[in-house]
Amino acid sequence: MQSIETSFENLRNDFPILKRTVRDNKRLVYLDNASTTQKPNQVIDAITDYYRNHNANIHRAVYALAEESTEAYEGARDKIAKFVNIKNRQELIFVRGTTEAINLVAYAWGRPHINEGDIIVTTEYEHHSNIVPWQLLTQEKHAKLEYIGMNDDGQLNLDDLDKYLATGKVKLVTFSLMSNVLGTITDAEKIISKCKVAGVPTLIDGAQAVPHMKVDLDTLGCDFFAFSGHKMLAPTGIGVLWVRKSVLQTMNPFHGGGDMIREVHKYETTWNDLPYKFEAGTPSIADVIGFGAAIDYLTKIGMDNVRQHEIELTKYAIDEFSKVPGLHIYGTKDITKRGGVISFNFADVHPHDVAQIIDGEGIALRSGHHCAQVLMERLNVAATSRASFYIYNTKADVDALINSLHIVAKVFKL
Amino acid sequence: MSGTDIYHEMIVDYSRNPLNYGEIENHDVTFHDSNPLCGDSIDIDMKIDDNKVTDIKFHGKGCAICMACTSVLTEITKGKSLDDVRKIEKHDVLGELGLDHLQAVRIKCALLSLKVLKSALYTYIGSNLDAETDVDTLKTEAENLY
Repeated sequence: MQSIETSFENLRNDFPILKRTVRDNKRLVYLDNASTTQKPNQVIDAITDYYRNHNANIHRAVYALAEESTEAYEGARDKIAKFVNIKNRQELIFVRGTTEAINLVAYAWGRPHINEGDIIVTTEYEHHSNIVPWQLLTQEKHAKLEYIGMNDDGQLNLDDLDKYLATGKVKLVTFSLMSNVLGTITDAEKIISKCKVAGVPTLIDGAQAVPHMKVDLDTLGCDFFAFSGHKMLAPTGIGVLWVRKSVLQTMNPFHGGGDMIREVHKYETTWNDLPYKFEAGTPSIADVIGFGAAIDYLTKIGMDNVRQHEIELTKYAIDEFSKVPGLHIYGTKDITKRGGVISFNFADVHPHDVAQIIDGEGIALRSGHHCAQVLMERLNVAATSRASFYIYNTKADVDALINSLHIVAKVFKL
Repeated sequence: MSGTDIYHEMIVDYSRNPLNYGEIENHDVTFHDSNPLCGDSIDIDMKIDDNKVTDIKFHGKGCAICMACTSVLTEITKGKSLDDVRKIEKHDVLGELGLDHLQAVRIKCALLSLKVLKSALYTYIGSNLDAETDVDTLKTEAENLY
């Protein structure tokens, strides 16, 4: 049997893009996985196979193609449900991605449930997609948006949560399971248990967590959970919103249109069963099928192995980064409390200049505010550089990054 | 242009020691803008006497490209008549730093300060209109900046 390390090295062959070169014939070192991941042949083939051989709209027609298409689409729903342990497939709604999922909740649950003076609690390390929809909602309803603060190690101050819950006005607590900038893994169990005591529903942004670690929605106990396909080998434009059925039944539809209805008359309409009530219009059928193929791929590797691979890589990267003078890493160095996302600044060099220089070496590194300007303000920086790993990254990728940082040091005379 | 090509001596030096950095307390006009993609943020203050820019300073945060271009732009602008400032084009800044072929994603870093300067200029002209100023021409010019 192959060692885990060898099998991770071998799976690079499944990703055609990793074979290409960039800039001056440099090997592509892709380190922007927190943004989006590359796609394996298995996913690409599933999408092309659908369009070549099975393309038809789902749920309505009775002919052979439509039956195949519907089976593949609903089969993917079952695969994804099993992957994150969703017991009831009626609770799994396909959306475009995490952003749409959170906006759906803000609209379809938030509008009927949030009133003047209510409080929605989020955290300082959220992505804009878990801040702006709540700003829009609270502004419209004359409600308040409050933040759980964070210490310098990138851990949430849960005393803030206690303080807000004590007001009795909190109607929702929403947080990411893993920060897209600091990699901090949120202590979801603790937050959820506090919220349960207070009778407050919780929403989890799982966009960064689900691709990188085992997530079990049945035991987690939150009420809403969102994640995206494209950060876990699947195509862009497809994601999942899970809502506990008892909550889902209290929600208005999000979009009106085809497929979400039972009967439409001139002046009134009755809704389709769950989850279809929330899936108006023709969905991204091929992308859902591609998502299913990505789930098969990750299931084969095993999410515990994915996490273990990233722990080893992140530990190696943090150790190597620590040897580079002037390099400052944000967030905790405790590897058990973080995922494979490392944000850093290099002396006084602006992250955009770092990214540009190392791009010349074939390295795809992210620089900027990472859609987390509230966090940037908290860290008192305009931007950071960010390296984020996935299953196909190797220690050689980390070495390439470190070597390229020496070029940055030379150019900027550090 | 990519990689290290653009990071020549002058750019690195200006990024560390930008020219005309600071604020003008009794400015006649000030303007702020930022780049939503990367968070670069620039304020330009100008002192204007007799339709001439007698002093100009900037402050803010940005990458080396942004800081170097703003340094060069403020240096070009200083002492010019408002009519001449209106005529400043992107090549005047980019050419000076050898950045004419900068890739699209970085061009916004390079030209943020020119956008701020022109916005400051039009703000000033707009609030100091005299009978001779052709407002329609100004409007068209402003709309066609980028």
